[in-house]
Amino acid sequence: MGAVTLNNIVKRFGTFTAVEQTSMQIPEGSFTTLLGPSGCGKTTTLRMIAGLLDPSEGEIIINGKRVNDVPIHKRNLGLVFQNYALFPHKTVADNVGFGLRYRNVPRADIARRVQDALELVQLPQVANRYPKALSGGQQQRIALARAIVIEPDVLLLDEPLSALDANLREDMRVELKNIQSRIGVTTVFVTHDQSEALAMSDQIVVMSDGKVEQVGAPEEVYNTPASEFVARFLGASNILGGRCLSRGPDGAVLEVPVFGKVIVPSAKAPHLAGEGAAKLVIRAEKLLLRDAPPESGAFSAPATVETVDYQGQSVRYFVRAGDTQLQAINMIDERPFAVGAQVHLTLRPQDCAALPG
Amino acid sequence: MIFDFAICAHVQSAPSATQDVAMSVEARERRQPWVLLAPALGAVTLLLLVPLLFIVVYSFWLRSAVGPDTAGFHLDNWQRALTDPFYRYILLNTLKIAAITTFFCALLGYPAAYFITRSSGNKLILLLLLMLPFWISYIIRTMSWINILGSSGALNTALMSMGVISSPIQMLYNEATVILGLVHFLLPFMVLNIYVSLDGIDTNLEDAATSLGATRWQAFTQVTLPLSLPGLAAGGLLCFVLGAGTYITPLILGGPRDAMFANLVFEAIITQLNWPMGSALSLLLLIVLGALVALYNRYLGMSQLTKGLG
Ligand SMILES: Nc1ncnc2c1ncn2[C@@H]1O[C@H](COP(=O)(O)OP(=O)(O)OP(=O)(O)O)[C@@H](O)[C@H]1O
Ligand SMILES: [Mg+2]
Repeated sequence: MGAVTLNNIVKRFGTFTAVEQTSMQIPEGSFTTLLGPSGCGKTTTLRMIAGLLDPSEGEIIINGKRVNDVPIHKRNLGLVFQNYALFPHKTVADNVGFGLRYRNVPRADIARRVQDALELVQLPQVANRYPKALSGGQQQRIALARAIVIEPDVLLLDEPLSALDANLREDMRVELKNIQSRIGVTTVFVTHDQSEALAMSDQIVVMSDGKVEQVGAPEEVYNTPASEFVARFLGASNILGGRCLSRGPDGAVLEVPVFGKVIVPSAKAPHLAGEGAAKLVIRAEKLLLRDAPPESGAFSAPATVETVDYQGQSVRYFVRAGDTQLQAINMIDERPFAVGAQVHLTLRPQDCAALPG
Repeated sequence: MIFDFAICAHVQSAPSATQDVAMSVEARERRQPWVLLAPALGAVTLLLLVPLLFIVVYSFWLRSAVGPDTAGFHLDNWQRALTDPFYRYILLNTLKIAAITTFFCALLGYPAAYFITRSSGNKLILLLLLMLPFWISYIIRTMSWINILGSSGALNTALMSMGVISSPIQMLYNEATVILGLVHFLLPFMVLNIYVSLDGIDTNLEDAATSLGATRWQAFTQVTLPLSLPGLAAGGLLCFVLGAGTYITPLILGGPRDAMFANLVFEAIITQLNWPMGSALSLLLLIVLGALVALYNRYLGMSQLTKGLG
């Protein structure tokens, strides 16, 4: 089992820099997700850890050993691809047993370990079939079995669920997480799906344009984004540009449009140094619409409902307060507000976060 | 059939006013593909099937020393074609030359195809370069070897000016040069066919294999090579059939003893004016090569071949 460390990794393709000065720590046994939009360098980073690409600069350390010069077949990593990459001319058993043949495992043990792996992914009965006789979800499980049967130091997964349809994807994500925690293998998971990242990870690395934007636990990244990019990429957010008037031990005082003066608790403004330009981040589901102004303890502002997007148990509103349009996602019991309704926006101090401007 | 039946049922239940319209649309749709195919089918019938039929008929006639050939149903030509040791020797030699040529095409073509598949960006230019020789007449390409290997050709001149040899070496007009010429001619077919099948293989497969502990070479032999065998087989079949049917290459680059089977046909028809014998011989070659294609089709399927040609 191994921890992975990247030190100032750079990857250039010709003159184009796909990954810039990236460092990260992936703790042993953790489930770490590289999250970011398409083209931000997630796959490139993963392929460098795997040994399929050489970094232009920096070092990769697995298990305390620098592996830059260790070829892929000696790194002992499990790799799962988006398109599964099962060998079409080999049976499921031969696919899963492939890695064991290069590890001096006796023949009898291979059969047993293959069967164990197939049971782990709940497909013990398909050993003699060929990959094309399996459904997409089944192929994905076999690809996973093939990667974990070799007891890899690190399991690397590149968008393994994105080729599955929505329902299956959610089932597989629970199952994948279960298997990972059962065998305790250090896992690096690449996705551009924030809900996947939030649901599965111990640690999320948010990337954009080849750079790391933030590293943290899912709650941390979600509740205390380190940058506007992170705030916008994870969930729906309102971002109000304003000024920080003062920064004290009990919080930062921000002056923003719509709400006027807002006091953000210190814990929600870790990246805000002091006075100057600042931004207030309000999650759409934390911005509540009320008939009446709230009692004390919450910030409030009048607004008009412009769009109502009814989704059953919740509603997505677009409301206008002065020149500013805001988005709110509220749970509802009965009927949603109608378009044109005058409402009071309500916001609890602990539900906002502040960023440097 | 089921479809036809459904249409008929529908037509019968339709009001009679629309019946004619429905019928004519249906009939027109059914006729359309045949209308479009007609010119090609006509050409194939007229230019291929009819002459072939003539040849079949001819092969049973007898040549007479003077005057017109004797029409009829005589098995003499066939008997001779099948039993004459000289013909059998040439036939086996032809198949041997074709086999050696195919082997060298595969040996040289595979790395080239692999290289083109894995090269990034300039694939199209490389493929175009591969097709470039086709723009020059096959005969001229074959003759070019005379300028290279002939007694006053480039190689001999170079060796003599370097002092390695004092008089020209006889390099042309033997079996080796025939094979050389055939490899030169057929290599692009092989490369193209292998390229097509290699290009269809997901590169992640080799990556997956190496991540599991296989070296690059093991990943190639375990994964890529077996998956590209259909392309190799298709290229092999093309090279073999085209190689075994050639008569220009041995004519230009071979010695008197390097005749191939098609040269026998040429000899019989053009030199000896023995059309019946020539017909029987050409049909014999057609049957042998046809059997090979049929075997290929039985075990590997024709679709791979059309992939490589398209
Ligand atoms: N071999 C290559 N040559 C040149 N540029 C490349 C190469 N591989 C990747 N890139 C570029 O590097 C950038 C990052 O690519 P990468 O595949 O890592 O993105 P990604 O985050 O995995 O995106 P996606 O979610 O779409 O898979 C992209 O702009 C891509 O075009
Ligand atoms: Mg990717």
